[in-house]
Amino acid sequence: MSWTIALAGNPNTGKTSLFNALTGSNQHVGNWPGVTVERKEGRFRSSGDEVTVVDLPGIYSLGAASLDEEIAADYLLRNRPDLAVVVADASNLERSLYLAVQMLEIGTPLVLALNMMDMAAERGIMIDVERLSALLGIPVVPTVARKKEGIEELKERITRSLRENSAPSLSFALPYGERLNPLFEALETFLGERQELIPGLSARSAAVKFVEGDVAVLAAAESSGVRNSMDELLAEKGRKVEEELGYDLQTAVIERRWGFVSGVTAESVQRDLSLKARLTLSDRIDRVVTSRSLGLPLFFLVTWAIFRMTYALGDPLVELLEGVFESFGEWTGEFFAGAGFSEIVSSFVQDGLIGGVGSVVVFFPHIFILFAFIALLEDSGYMARGAFVMDRVMHLMGLHGKSFIPMLMGFGCNVPSMMATRILEQPRDRMITLLVLPFMSCSARLPVFVLFSGIFFGSYAGTAVFSLYVLGIVVAVLAAKVLGSTLFKGESSQLVMELPPYHVPSLSMVLRHAWERGFLFLQKAGTFILLSVIAVWVLASFPWGVEYGSSESIVGRIGQILAPVFAPAGFGFWQAAVALFFGFLAKEVVVGTLGALLGAGEAGLAAALPGLFTPLSAYAFLVMTLLYVPCVAAVAAFRRETGSWAWTFFMIAYTTLIGYGGAVLVYQGGRMLGLG
Amino acid sequence: MGLTCSCSGGNERVLSALEIGEGGVVSKIAGDGSLKRRILEMGLVPGTEIRVERKAPFNDPVSVWFRGYELSLRVDEANAVLVRPAGCAGCSGGSR
Repeated sequence: MSWTIALAGNPNTGKTSLFNALTGSNQHVGNWPGVTVERKEGRFRSSGDEVTVVDLPGIYSLGAASLDEEIAADYLLRNRPDLAVVVADASNLERSLYLAVQMLEIGTPLVLALNMMDMAAERGIMIDVERLSALLGIPVVPTVARKKEGIEELKERITRSLRENSAPSLSFALPYGERLNPLFEALETFLGERQELIPGLSARSAAVKFVEGDVAVLAAAESSGVRNSMDELLAEKGRKVEEELGYDLQTAVIERRWGFVSGVTAESVQRDLSLKARLTLSDRIDRVVTSRSLGLPLFFLVTWAIFRMTYALGDPLVELLEGVFESFGEWTGEFFAGAGFSEIVSSFVQDGLIGGVGSVVVFFPHIFILFAFIALLEDSGYMARGAFVMDRVMHLMGLHGKSFIPMLMGFGCNVPSMMATRILEQPRDRMITLLVLPFMSCSARLPVFVLFSGIFFGSYAGTAVFSLYVLGIVVAVLAAKVLGSTLFKGESSQLVMELPPYHVPSLSMVLRHAWERGFLFLQKAGTFILLSVIAVWVLASFPWGVEYGSSESIVGRIGQILAPVFAPAGFGFWQAAVALFFGFLAKEVVVGTLGALLGAGEAGLAAALPGLFTPLSAYAFLVMTLLYVPCVAAVAAFRRETGSWAWTFFMIAYTTLIGYGGAVLVYQGGRMLGLG
Repeated sequence: MGLTCSCSGGNERVLSALEIGEGGVVSKIAGDGSLKRRILEMGLVPGTEIRVERKAPFNDPVSVWFRGYELSLRVDEANAVLVRPAGCAGCSGGSR
């Protein structure tokens, strides 16, 4: 038989380790339909059964208070997997059980994997597995996923449950008490006479979820036209209950559910109290790490070290890859020319195809290294502390504490930093961070700044370069503020974040995560980058026979048309337009392009550029280079992370407009001040 | 949780007003919408014993210990959580 099961659990319960232990390398990574939350699927075989495991996002509840919860709840309700495994943290059973109980309530057949049993034992926590299983009425299997303990037992128990009972078990009923029960019964009777609100959801569960104000059930009631009748039923009896309790019905339902969870925990868990009183290691670390004096400096130190190490370790690898692709391109070009192919073919293969593939692959080292560090931060528990100490500052800018990491990484390269926005859970925080990241001046813009500043600003060159970095930050902060209070106005931004106990990260997890990220980038962003590089090759090479990128080529002609547009910014000549166009491939290419177009080579630019630029128009040109559309790889990463062409085009348009506006403002403003 | 039984006043306060190390019992979550649901579903329901564990450098966010784990909330968010002094609902044993 073949089955589909879901894997659910709180964050920080070792769910990913368990997923890896269950499915091995037999995994497929994709996205949930229409959204950019990652969806992993894997497979395992056990005693003749083939089981597909769908890894749900790590969540604390099914209340649909976040996108992740919405996805998980929707999957469980609409797709009705044959079974779900809930991963519980044995050292923190109570919190893990809340989700399990919610899943039981909607009739999902469950197996509970009691993970991290070793950590629980260390903390003096003993769990009566049989008692827990009897209280919940579901199989419970102790595991230590990181050490692959209990995995075979879990597989065996899953397949046994699947074969014994393929129909959803609807027997679980949580004791809500004499105050709430009459409400549920009234609604249940009302619903019992009608079609199910959500297929497969019992009238009782629907009644509970209605009283609780569950978004999905309220919507279903609305569309079935019974919302008003149900509201009336509820208003009649509910008011009195609310008055007696002193709080509302939603609070009452969730309070009772937690009450049940506490009861089950109290009956099945024993704590060695002698250990409990002791200050735990985690807490001792936190007294330093989150302290008012050291918290922020330590966080800056850690992120700065990651920044330095990512680029220090990655840059030599990138250079190596660049060298390999360049030599390979030249060799192939010569080979094709030697084999009698026309020049158009050898040029296409060398500059278009191999150059294109090369420009994708060079991003792999930085992505791999950065994500190894991010996995290290997340897995160890430090990421949450970083967000905790940084949140106040970042929130002032309309961002989240965790946004700091992608923003800082942006100074190295926008591509891995855009991918790093995955650490943000709320769609709003992610979108805003992604939209302002292109303003962080990446290292590819530096050669352009340095070259121009050296030629035009003499001893003030350093100050000029620095001012551009500051300008990038200022624009990013302003853009975040404006976006947050306009396009994303009203969308909730929440912290409400667990500070999990620290633990030693697993090296294999870290490497696996880093590899997955790097590979996904090659796979998903690669095509887009490759196609763009080929498109640029076509525009610069045709009509065939003209000099590559010259004024007669398509791009040169476009540059001539565009040149007047740039006149108000002080650089209204076609070479600047073409250089900016090629800068879309990679911003440092601006320098090489200008060198080639002015027939001077890079070395001769110092003599050639002052003929075209004044110091003022040079600075305006740098402002444009800083702020206009990021390179094609960053655009591809943006498209991949947002999953939306509409947002991608918006980003391209708004960054270019801001860049252009900034350049015009600098040039015209400077002239008014008499600088030009 | 080592909370003392002293009913000094018995007034409700917002969670963010508590000092580090100070404890209490949740009496109500104010507001509505997804923030309230989120706070409730994380286990901050009426009757839950809590203790303010630490505060970030600018006193925001705050971190609260309850049900065996630590949760951080922005001050804005913690303002929705109303707390009464521990032990005031009859010192004999928590909330239920």
